[in-house]
Amino acid sequence: MRRFSFSRLWAIALKEVVQMKRDRATFAMMIGIPLVQLLLFGFAINADPKNLPTLIVDADGGPFARTLVHAMQQSAYFRVIGTATEAEAADALQRGDTQFVLNIPVDFTRRILRGEKPAVLLEADATDPAATGPALAALQPVIRTLFARDLPGPLTSLIPEEGPVDFLIHRRYNPEGITQYNIVPGLMGVVLTMTMVIITALAITRERERGTMENLLATPVRPGEVLAGKILPYIIVGYIQITLILIAARWLFAVPFQGSIVLLYTSALLFIAANLAVGITFSTVSTNQLQAVQLAFFFFLPSLLLSGFMFPFRGMPEWAQTLGSALPLTHFLRLVRGVMLKGNGLVESAVHLWPIAIFLAAAWTIALKRYRQTLD
Amino acid sequence: MSSDLVIDVSGITKRFGGKTVVDRLALQVKRGEIFGFLGPNGSGKTTFIRMLCGLLTPDAGEGTCLGYDVRTQQAEIKRHVGYMTQKFSYYDDLSIRENLDFIARIYAVPDRRAAVDRSLERLGLASRSHQLAGQLSGGWKQRLALAACLIHSPRLLLLDEPTAGVDPKARRDFWDEIHQLASDGLTVLVTTHYMDEAERCHQIAYLAYGRLLVRGSVEEVVAGAGLSTWEITGPELGRLAHHLREQPGIGEVIAFGNTLHVSSPDSTRAAQMLASLVPTHRVRAIEPELEDVFISLMRTAEDNFQ
Repeated sequence: MRRFSFSRLWAIALKEVVQMKRDRATFAMMIGIPLVQLLLFGFAINADPKNLPTLIVDADGGPFARTLVHAMQQSAYFRVIGTATEAEAADALQRGDTQFVLNIPVDFTRRILRGEKPAVLLEADATDPAATGPALAALQPVIRTLFARDLPGPLTSLIPEEGPVDFLIHRRYNPEGITQYNIVPGLMGVVLTMTMVIITALAITRERERGTMENLLATPVRPGEVLAGKILPYIIVGYIQITLILIAARWLFAVPFQGSIVLLYTSALLFIAANLAVGITFSTVSTNQLQAVQLAFFFFLPSLLLSGFMFPFRGMPEWAQTLGSALPLTHFLRLVRGVMLKGNGLVESAVHLWPIAIFLAAAWTIALKRYRQTLD
Repeated sequence: MSSDLVIDVSGITKRFGGKTVVDRLALQVKRGEIFGFLGPNGSGKTTFIRMLCGLLTPDAGEGTCLGYDVRTQQAEIKRHVGYMTQKFSYYDDLSIRENLDFIARIYAVPDRRAAVDRSLERLGLASRSHQLAGQLSGGWKQRLALAACLIHSPRLLLLDEPTAGVDPKARRDFWDEIHQLASDGLTVLVTTHYMDEAERCHQIAYLAYGRLLVRGSVEEVVAGAGLSTWEITGPELGRLAHHLREQPGIGEVIAFGNTLHVSSPDSTRAAQMLASLVPTHRVRAIEPELEDVFISLMRTAEDNFQ
């Protein structure tokens, strides 16, 4: 019987579903991972941190010093936690108790009134550039508009002039710069990568580890049927995960959905299949379940770090971008974000689809080659 | 092929790495026969069985299993062979019924539900059909495994140490079942380490270091070994056994409870030697047992191949 048999495929798939139901831990992982990651990443990650603790060393005490401090607080990036002496402030910065120390010099108010442009020193704990960057960028507009109200009559000349060119900035697709708009659609790819690879790697290695593979090989079932029967239930699991995330995106995080949901679901099939193929390939080279999980992480970590999920893709050096481009997650992230935030259609998405398709074809070829029908 | 030969292979060889595990093995098994495969651990029994059922491809040799070529028609062979692995290899997390149902689906058994019911009934598993396989004791697992490899009505049953770790009562039931199946025309190839099981086979073969050393019925094998055996009773058998092992011409000395079995391929020399014991011990010539023959075979094989 050389023909591919759908009833044998169905037998494998049914068995897999029953086993999945019985294996509470795996089942919990499949539903739990997306939920936990959604809550953690969705609520916790913020690329635009505000309310950063700031200490004030005010040697001036004049009205303009107070105006400056007040304006900085108004920007929402700085949260004044108190005043201190220079030495105390230095200690606090060293210990990490404060993110910023604002030093206002002795004759600040007087020098402004004289029109002397006094210098104010803002010390930042810049060990993590991402934590201080947005706050520092917000500082310039604060200064520019700061004294417009406080400088009356003849002193209006001190208000800084506009430059010769005006930049008009449109923050498109995410005008408010809400991190969730970027993270939550991205999570879809991350969750699928993680669970799909691990689950399939485990599902096949488990058969080998428990000795059931020998039995399976002694039956007329063909490799293609085993593989297809094993991945079919997990494709459905993948779709459940996608649906969970989309529901959370819509009602929990209010992420806009501009594009076609049909397009998203269809292209997700390609991505899920690509990850399943990776899982199968891993299962063919590992002898036990622990090895399979380790290999899965070996794939998952670069995916997480180099795909543009965690860090801006264009910020990476050329070689890292090349490496990242080889990973299906990189392209799926762009695709999902494009469909959800930009309303991309099939034409715009095609450019992200074909690299996933190539990866899929390559991974399946390896998986089928490596998966053997005999024990030789 | 002669329609009566279910297995007819010759020159079958398998190497793993540089090691020859099965060496030019030839074997013919007739329809309805229970064929016992014996030999020490690592002698190549399992490897040979795996080649018969299409799990491994022989490196050399040729032949047919159920009329299909063992090298090229593995898929056809798989459909008509029931293979029971040494280690329980059904799904611990599926119930008995689910396991049987799965296998029945894989073999596309016609009228599957009825076939599963029949199989449960026949092996006395009906009352436990919803129990998970992983919770079963050794004997019940073995019943399940047998039921599962019979569900597609195979024409050849390959059993790899089916009774390891099974209690004597369950073992006897199992063999009664095997004989019942054989009388219905099923051919059975079974590996075992138990002599009483070997004696229940129509034909036996002894394998060591990948080679077939002897084959035939139990009587033929015992007679063909040319072994003489004596039973010795008397005082201080432990010391005597030690002493006898040192003597030339004495093959094996095995303690059986309160007696010693001494066997030798050199009957006259051993008889002279044992005659000297008569004042203190009782010496009686007996029929050699299969175990004596096998231990002697194993010893000879060690000398020849190592």
